[in-house]
Amino acid sequence: MLELHDGGLDVPEILKSWYIQEEKSNYGAYIPFIGTIRDEDGIDGLSFDVYEPILESWFKAWQVKAKEKGAIIKMAHSKGDVMLHESSYIAAVFSPKRRVALEFIDEFVEDFKASAPIWKYDLKNQERIYAADRSTAIKGSGILS
Amino acid sequence: MVRVEFLGPIQKDALELDIANLNELAKILQDDAELTEWLSNSAVAVNDTLVASLECELKDGDKVSLLPPVCGG
Repeated sequence: MLELHDGGLDVPEILKSWYIQEEKSNYGAYIPFIGTIRDEDGIDGLSFDVYEPILESWFKAWQVKAKEKGAIIKMAHSKGDVMLHESSYIAAVFSPKRRVALEFIDEFVEDFKASAPIWKYDLKNQERIYAADRSTAIKGSGILS
Repeated sequence: MVRVEFLGPIQKDALELDIANLNELAKILQDDAELTEWLSNSAVAVNDTLVASLECELKDGDKVSLLPPVCGG
């Protein structure tokens, strides 16, 4: 499951809905990761652009990897502006036993940071400034140069 | 025509180009001063699939996307 929401995520509601979806699925572990906007560097918040077609195919590939381990993965992300102390990202793994879920959430979030087609901007002094220094070139970049 | 789209922070309108492969596209974009800072760090997708080399033929109606460095979460 991949959910995109305008603005900050309703974290309690999303975690609850995922819990209810899987509470009878016989998974022993439910491990979420929640990303929250911190008050730092004078920002008012963050803003996100998302390119959905490639995000969906990237996520589908991870769903296949999860299935191979008997697990499932769910993810929610914001589009547009997300203000301080709101959350823009939730990923969660359900698996029969905890070890698979703990390892899988780590691999998934690392690849998400490196590969998911999402662009982050700082909201500062009424401007929307691309977070170039925190961004990572996707593997294989530069072939047109 | 092939549609070329610039995603995320690349502030450039889409182009419609009469090109047959990615090598031709590279030559055109390398002459565009607006794109100098982006070509070396952007990934390329053809019809929403990332490609790893310029050895890719293009046909009428194809879509090429440039994806600059990402930072979700």
